[in-house]
Amino acid sequence: MANIELQQVEKRFGEAYAVRPLDLHIQDGEFIALLGPSGCGKTTTLRMIAGLETISNGRILLNGQDVTRLRPSERDIAMVFQFFALYPHLSVWENIAFPLKSQGERRDSVDKQVRDVAGLLQIDSLLKLRPGALSSGDQQRVALARALVRRPACFLMDEPLGALDADFRETMRSDIKKLMLDQRATTVYVTHDQIEAMAMADRIVVMSQGVVQQIGTPAQVYHDPATLFVARFIGSPGMNLLTGTRGSDNALNLPGGNSYVPPPVWQGRVNHIEGEAVVIGFRPEAVDIQPDGALTGQIFSVDLHGSYTMLVITLGSETNVVQARVNRDDDYQVGQQVRFDVKPDMVRFFDPKTEKAVS
Amino acid sequence: MAASPIGSNPVIVATRVDKVGTRANVARIIRVVVSLAFALVSLIPISWMVVTAFKARSDIVSAPPKIFFTPTLEGFVNLLTNRVQIPQDQAKAKLAQPNLPLFDRIAAERGQAITGPSQYTGRVLNSLIIAGASTVLSTVLGTLAAYAFSRFNVPGKSDLLFFILSTRMLPPVVVTIPIFLMYRDLGLRDTHLGLILLYTVFNLSFSVWLLKGFIDEIPKEYEEAALVDGYTRLQAFGKVVLPQAITGIAATFVFCLIFAWNEYAFALMLTTERARTAPPSIPTMLGSGGIEWSAIAAGSLGFLIPVVIVTFALRDYLLRGVTFGALKK
Repeated sequence: MANIELQQVEKRFGEAYAVRPLDLHIQDGEFIALLGPSGCGKTTTLRMIAGLETISNGRILLNGQDVTRLRPSERDIAMVFQFFALYPHLSVWENIAFPLKSQGERRDSVDKQVRDVAGLLQIDSLLKLRPGALSSGDQQRVALARALVRRPACFLMDEPLGALDADFRETMRSDIKKLMLDQRATTVYVTHDQIEAMAMADRIVVMSQGVVQQIGTPAQVYHDPATLFVARFIGSPGMNLLTGTRGSDNALNLPGGNSYVPPPVWQGRVNHIEGEAVVIGFRPEAVDIQPDGALTGQIFSVDLHGSYTMLVITLGSETNVVQARVNRDDDYQVGQQVRFDVKPDMVRFFDPKTEKAVS
Repeated sequence: MAASPIGSNPVIVATRVDKVGTRANVARIIRVVVSLAFALVSLIPISWMVVTAFKARSDIVSAPPKIFFTPTLEGFVNLLTNRVQIPQDQAKAKLAQPNLPLFDRIAAERGQAITGPSQYTGRVLNSLIIAGASTVLSTVLGTLAAYAFSRFNVPGKSDLLFFILSTRMLPPVVVTIPIFLMYRDLGLRDTHLGLILLYTVFNLSFSVWLLKGFIDEIPKEYEEAALVDGYTRLQAFGKVVLPQAITGIAATFVFCLIFAWNEYAFALMLTTERARTAPPSIPTMLGSGGIEWSAIAAGSLGFLIPVVIVTFALRDYLLRGVTFGALKK
């Protein structure tokens, strides 16, 4: 239906940047998640695409057409708001029909389209009610129906599941994903919930403090975080990050008197880092506990997560912590000394000065 | 409940304990009594006025006051007509006519003949025109200004809002003389336009502030949704903001109307004949041969009716409106 291109788009309030110059090319039919903590500029970016926020600099193209100066109504987009923004004085039917009426369609055609989309979202029995009488889940469906009914070029969603109960969120998550796939709709989805982003998006744009940290598939941002921020933010818990200093023979001196030799493919690249400090990062599932492991630590806590157990291992002091994901049946005691290795294909390196990953 | 004995079926009906029992009953009785007492205190002067309007002159001044009396339209005749005293025999001759209109008959019984209509209707009409126009103006302008102040980054917004509020800070009477002189030079004295402008300006500060409060309460996501749904800013305002602000607008409308309708001092100063409104003219009916209480009461009664009608028509919006949005649906 549409591709969206952001070229050096930025948003300033006076001297303060809400969004630093940002380049993003969204393919036709792609599901993009803008992910980041609150205040990172993700919602501002979405609102700039919608035209609800002016752009300080740069251009936005929709299907190749420059829409930077166009009003929201001229952009052929639909938006789902965090708190749904259903018109309280109108019935569900009127709410869904509202975008169609702006185009002056005939009433019988409007009615047919409203009933079609209401059927799709299973809210056809609610059409006569006011939004205030609906559960938040049904309100969410009405908001989606209102966005879908016009068959716009793209969908913008601002934390659409944020106002829902936790148990309902999961159902809605897969429903929305399926709906957007069926519609082959280009979707930009703002969320601060990384699970949502990982589960739904084709690509994730991770933002922090107005800066794009990384644009990549869920697998890319998980396995190859581009910056320390992404490494910490993605995954629960985030990546284990240990600061080491370069020692002799390519070895890194890690906290707790540990010494670690990077896999051979990394050695040359790690040596390119200016300065002495190097950050090594690995996911909890990359920790391989074995008697002759190269690293030593002490178990600080054993947390049962049901299908697996998470060990918190301290290296030297309690500020240097490694989380390790182990089998739930394995027996570990708090205070126990353990030796472990890091799976060589799952280790990553970062330059603490630039906060960027070594590539 | 009797059909489902406890034990065989789950109990699904919960009863709120605080809604039953003697304590709740006592509270309800107290509420009713207080409401009645308040209604009584509010209504006594009005009912007194209504009763007086239909009393004959002797009944009005009798002490103790008469509760039962023969109603007469004498007050309304005095209010609505100009009359002259006629000799006794002429009055008798008039009364002998079979088809004598009701008002002429009442006048003739008191030895008077009607010479023409009084100015009262004209003045109530002036009041209607001036209060109506200024109320519509200040509500419409107030709504637009409040919307702009609520939604846009108007340069110097807080200063402007303070300035608007500051027009309320001094008692209007203080500026009657300057305004009198200005109006004389501008040719606005004794014109409808003059009073309409003046009342609009007085009410505007009130309506802007009151309506801004109401519009602030409406989340701006509704308009943004409408903008994205293909509407212009103005259409979004009309289709989404106005319907939700209607209670506030109705409340503001009634407040402005009551002010403009009741205003006395400026109307007295700035009008003489053409644009004179009802409030300054009712006291002039005091009459030459003693105070015409029934005419005054009748005049006040007629003056009361239009506001009552408007307030009654808008009553559904007012309950939430006059509590300044504090009472949610």
